[in-house]
Amino acid sequence: MSDLVVDVLTGAVRGGTAIMFAALGETIAERAGVVNLGTEGSMLVGALGGYALAAETGSPWVGLVAGALAGGLLALVHAVMVVWRRSDQFATGLTVMFLGLGLTSLFGAAYVGRAAPGFDPVPVPLLADVPVLGEILFQHDPVTYLSFAAAPLLWWWLRSTRGGLLLRTAGERADVLHVHGYRPGLIRGAAVVAGGALAGIGGAQLATAYAHAWFEGMTAGRGFIAVALVIFAAWRPLWVMAGSYLFGAALALAPALQARGESLNQFALDALPFLITLAILAILGRRTLRAAPEELRRVFT
Amino acid sequence: MRKLTTLAVLLTLPLIACSANTTGTATAPTAGSTPPGKDSAAVGFIFVGPKDDFGYNQAAYQGSQEVAKAFPNLEVITAENVPEDDNAARVMNSMIAKGAKIIFATSYGHLDAALKVAAEHPDVAVVQQGNLITAAVPPNAGTFFGTVYEPVYLAGIAAGKATKTGKLGYVYAFPITQTIDNINAFELGAQSVNPDAQTFTVSTSSWCDPGKQAEAAANLLKQGVDVITQHQDCTATVIKATEAAGKFTVGYHADASAIAPKGWLTGSQWNWGPLYTDIVKTALGGTFTGSKYNDNFRVGYRTGENPFVQSPYGPLVDDATKAEIDKARELLKTSSPFAGPIKDQEGKVRIPEGTVPDYTTIEKIDYFVAGVVGSLPKS
Repeated sequence: MSDLVVDVLTGAVRGGTAIMFAALGETIAERAGVVNLGTEGSMLVGALGGYALAAETGSPWVGLVAGALAGGLLALVHAVMVVWRRSDQFATGLTVMFLGLGLTSLFGAAYVGRAAPGFDPVPVPLLADVPVLGEILFQHDPVTYLSFAAAPLLWWWLRSTRGGLLLRTAGERADVLHVHGYRPGLIRGAAVVAGGALAGIGGAQLATAYAHAWFEGMTAGRGFIAVALVIFAAWRPLWVMAGSYLFGAALALAPALQARGESLNQFALDALPFLITLAILAILGRRTLRAAPEELRRVFT
Repeated sequence: MRKLTTLAVLLTLPLIACSANTTGTATAPTAGSTPPGKDSAAVGFIFVGPKDDFGYNQAAYQGSQEVAKAFPNLEVITAENVPEDDNAARVMNSMIAKGAKIIFATSYGHLDAALKVAAEHPDVAVVQQGNLITAAVPPNAGTFFGTVYEPVYLAGIAAGKATKTGKLGYVYAFPITQTIDNINAFELGAQSVNPDAQTFTVSTSSWCDPGKQAEAAANLLKQGVDVITQHQDCTATVIKATEAAGKFTVGYHADASAIAPKGWLTGSQWNWGPLYTDIVKTALGGTFTGSKYNDNFRVGYRTGENPFVQSPYGPLVDDATKAEIDKARELLKTSSPFAGPIKDQEGKVRIPEGTVPDYTTIEKIDYFVAGVVGSLPKS
């Protein structure tokens, strides 16, 4: 039994990492007042960019950077549309998502089934041998270790730095920025692009560290899960981290049980991540909306 | 609120578009019309995935290209990523509009759409790959398939010989009969040489979700499984995970020994060309109706040239194992992997001793045999 818990938690970290990168990216965009439903698309272009560049250059690190660039570039389309052209954020985000899907199935065909070097698990010396926690946390790939730092870093940056303050102000009271001579549009645009880059890293992690393959549509809705996650984590990076692992655990439960020969209702387990989301949203209800950045609330209502 | 309305409209638009497309002009079949497929100028193929997935769809696509080679005057129209819903009917109708009177619907879930198109176009021969028509077979339709589980049974022998832990793993998508037969045959093959071998099953509820596959492989390996095979449309993730762990791979759909140079045992793969070509030839000649293809056509070692063939062996398969597999292949020409006695997981005898079930009976098996670990998802 405890063995099952360890396996599920290990799987939660393994599978939750890509979601966490995307959700942290979405947090940045939404804290600046922009919803980006194109996150799924940024993950996809990041997955393809990461896998393709790893295949071409032989270095998964180059792939990771390429994934970030690709994700950021796709998000730039969203930024230009909603920040400067003032288009509807939901409609634009969905369109950008389909753009990412289309582009990656077009340019990705050459990389399906192609071999590429990826990130392999690197156990952390000493820590990896700690009972229970060692296996859950310290026997992963290097990108997963980076993700451990990402959420606390974002939390600190938003809270304690001038840049973080400007970003939050763009999301809460854009007019104040105007008064002080800043351009809120520029800050929002940068936030959306940075968010897309993080989603791209998430996609690249999925392709080069988790699945070790590229396949069209391989994110399979993880980008949308990330968007939902940000809302129920009330736009807080550390809650986003916890939420990502919760989703990871929900995804890891079915294979962990099945590999042990447990009989269970497969379809109920598949629905589990989404049932969890609905349950949390229902419990939190309007409370989450009150936590929303001021400018974001205008988008929702 | 206005924004939410916009969103709702956006989300429902594709649905409206789809339903509008499928209320096509249905014409009642008329008696005495031209035989289905006769003198067609084109032949259409629809695939559920991309033509280069190193798997099921790629094999079907290659088959379509062999048809093009065999009939240089015939236009071969192909469509990738055709979903298993009414969109499939729309794609098939557009192929018919381009002059195709022979249509291959190559995915299991394309059957409903294929039958609908067949009913609307009595002059078009529509054949579906892998499913079963359970009602009366219309004069211009049929299904065909190889007996996939036969080479899977042979691969199971290689797995049963190779395993050190006695635990085999099977990653699958959905509990459709084809998959259930494969899992059972794999276990029965392994059992035939290693009576204690067990097959652990994990389903991903998707034909291709590499993330879920990675998790499935990781958990099977953790449980001590040392040979993994799968029934998925994209196969690289599971194979790479198995190879990285230093364990054995049994392939499916394609020869993937290139990504598992050490652990590759063998596998099963398609060779559709000859069968596709013969179906097209039959339809072009005007003799489709009443032919063996105007039925649920199945072909295996017992009845002829199985389009599902065994993949090449990997370096670690020894001569004794190969001899064992050769012997079994000979035996399958008169028998079946499911020759009785076959017991289910509860130990109940489902196929009595001395019975060799026919192909259609085997395609109706809806239970795991003894030795398979895991239960079938119930809805």
